[in-house]
Amino acid sequence: MAAIAPGQLTTADGTPLKVSFARALRRSRLKALGLVLPLFAFLLITFLVPIGDMLFRSVENQLVGRVLHRTVAALADWDPASGELPGEPVFEALVADFVEGRENRTTGRVGVRLNYELGGMSSLFRKTGRRAKRIREAPYRAAMIAIDERWGNLDVWRLVKRESDAYTASYYLAAVDLRFTAEGSIARQEEERQIYLRLFGRTLWLSLIITTLCLLLGYPISYLMATLPVRTSNLLMIMVLLPFWTSLLVRTTCWIALLQQQGVINDLLVWTGLIGEDNRLSMIHNRTGTIIAMTHILLPFMVLPLYSVMKTIPPSYMRAARSLGANPFTAFVRVYMPNTAAGVGAGSILVFIIAIGYYITPALVGGTSGTLISNFIAHHMQVSLNWGLAAALGALLLAAVLALYVLYDKLVGIDNMRLG
Amino acid sequence: MSAPAPREAFVRFADVQKSYDGETLVVKNLDLEIDRGEFLTMLGPSGSGKTTCLMMLAGFETATYGDIFLDGRSINNVAPHRRDIGMVFQNYALFPHMTVHENLAFPLEVRKLGKAEVEERVARALDMVELTGFGSRRPAQLSGGQQQRVAVARALVFEPKLVLMDEPLGALDKQLREQMQFEIRHIHERLGVTVVYVTHDQGEALTMSDRIAVFNDGVIQQISTPEGLYERPENVFVAQFIGENNRLLGTVAERNGDLCSVTVEGGLVQALAVSCGGRGEATILSLRPERVTVAPEAGSCPNVFDAVVEELIYLGDHVRSRLRLLGDEEFIVKVPNSGMHRPMHVGETVQVGWSAEDCRALDSPPSFPAAN
Repeated sequence: MAAIAPGQLTTADGTPLKVSFARALRRSRLKALGLVLPLFAFLLITFLVPIGDMLFRSVENQLVGRVLHRTVAALADWDPASGELPGEPVFEALVADFVEGRENRTTGRVGVRLNYELGGMSSLFRKTGRRAKRIREAPYRAAMIAIDERWGNLDVWRLVKRESDAYTASYYLAAVDLRFTAEGSIARQEEERQIYLRLFGRTLWLSLIITTLCLLLGYPISYLMATLPVRTSNLLMIMVLLPFWTSLLVRTTCWIALLQQQGVINDLLVWTGLIGEDNRLSMIHNRTGTIIAMTHILLPFMVLPLYSVMKTIPPSYMRAARSLGANPFTAFVRVYMPNTAAGVGAGSILVFIIAIGYYITPALVGGTSGTLISNFIAHHMQVSLNWGLAAALGALLLAAVLALYVLYDKLVGIDNMRLG
Repeated sequence: MSAPAPREAFVRFADVQKSYDGETLVVKNLDLEIDRGEFLTMLGPSGSGKTTCLMMLAGFETATYGDIFLDGRSINNVAPHRRDIGMVFQNYALFPHMTVHENLAFPLEVRKLGKAEVEERVARALDMVELTGFGSRRPAQLSGGQQQRVAVARALVFEPKLVLMDEPLGALDKQLREQMQFEIRHIHERLGVTVVYVTHDQGEALTMSDRIAVFNDGVIQQISTPEGLYERPENVFVAQFIGENNRLLGTVAERNGDLCSVTVEGGLVQALAVSCGGRGEATILSLRPERVTVAPEAGSCPNVFDAVVEELIYLGDHVRSRLRLLGDEEFIVKVPNSGMHRPMHVGETVQVGWSAEDCRALDSPPSFPAAN
């Protein structure tokens, strides 16, 4: 037993109180751990590991170095700024890599990878891959340039050298519309290829609009539900939640039926004569459609936290304010609204975070002007198979959400957030 | 008004009725006058209509019928925030997002008072409730008693003509409650403001009030000073609700001016005829436990009966004894611990007696349960 310092508290048998206390707690801690373990394991496998994998993929770049390992090793002494092509040994290594890569069918993938950075690389690698095995002896450099003169281009070699590192920032640069120039410095993407910053901006802007609309629409109904008698408020609650229980696809499809040019609302407007047959409004497959459908879908996420906070505000606050001489408006603004801040904050951050990562609704009703960043992430995952870029975009989205979370914590305090 | 009113009451309920559902009346034909500077308590069990009356006065409920006058002016159509009535709520209703200072400044700011005056009045209000230095705290950082004082200060800081208090001490523990009763009473005396106080605690009502209106079933049963209510209850409900009370059921045998004789099971009791009917009518006799004498001197009381001691509870200053007497097994007598009495024993038979004036013969309303 450890020596007991004078003045230290001990139990009856002389054990220090702290030791004894820790022992008593251990059992209940183990029990608690046992209870959270399944969920923790689930989250680890389905949530934390994939996020870690995504973050890794957004910088991972081992393909070039692995497939062209001889070339990369030979390029070690080459100075890209020298203005001269690499020497004969590099070309010899390149031919060897191509011969090996042809058998493994890996050089084509390197071509696709490098094509993200410089157009034409994919075709260069396919072409070279087919012909490289015919080169059996020196001079390798001349032979390669004979296959394709781009092997005599310094930019190609600079690119190969740059992307031979195991990790790259090029995905992140691409995700914010920047690129490496041939010389290796960082520059803006060409005008017509700048899409991601605009998309991030649009995603944030639309999410802000949707959050604001949800707040404007949700606040009065939450107030009503919190102040009406239970029977009526329950009915309202069911009406709020009913869409919540309906399939997302059904709801989105309903909006298509309602909002399309030959849809219910346009027909009604034409029928009542408010708009002419030729001026049917286009409310779907564009930004308007995304805003309307997403506001509808995300409204419950605003109403529920608002309602749960408003429910806890005693009616006597408003009465007290009135009795103290405040007119109904002043009483509402100065007493009621500040007390709903926790609900407004929780609802807004919830809706905003869900909105900036939303995929299915903008994909169905967004058209071109209403698609969000998540749709492009999906595109890179499924169509262009540029997972590195998809991962970089996803990581930026994650960073944005975390930044918002921190900002919210600074402004309101996360402890004050009540979700229900 | 044609009748010469010597002095218009400060607050007047004139034939006020209130119904929430259009079927039952919560407040029935209420007439009540409250004088300037008076401390009036509305006392009654829950659901008796007292809080509804207070809410109508504050303007949070509208009277279904009748008028409420404040300072001679009907306030039926005056919005709550224009009535200039301070109110202390049951759970204080201090604004949790404001500091104590901001809470107190709120009524002054909405009245657009100058900054200097706001500061001065808030400081004075804090001083009044002995909370100087607590201005920067939030309500949640205060104890229950301190919150209570802030609530009182906030209701008074804008110097209203009338202050309403809706069971303001209900959330406090007993000791603090008693202390706050005195503090509120003292503030009332100091400021001379009119207070209408609602409570279901009769002890609180007796301690604090100038007058008490006892509510039951939407009707004021009796309105009187604390002493008047306790000593001279006018009906069975009041007698039963205020203080402890022995009840004997009987029939009026004979009325003799102010007095009457009442036949009860096993004897004839001389009593004061308060609200009983004529000969042959049922009546309930009401008798305070402390007005019964054990072993009275011969000839000192008109009512002397034999009683069997059923139970004795020693309470220090007095012994509470439960006796069986005149068919009532729950007859309570408080015997003072003055050393003048021979100790009683359970099971023995003793003589008890009381004067005719202390035994009040009241009406026997059919709705009132005959025994409980």
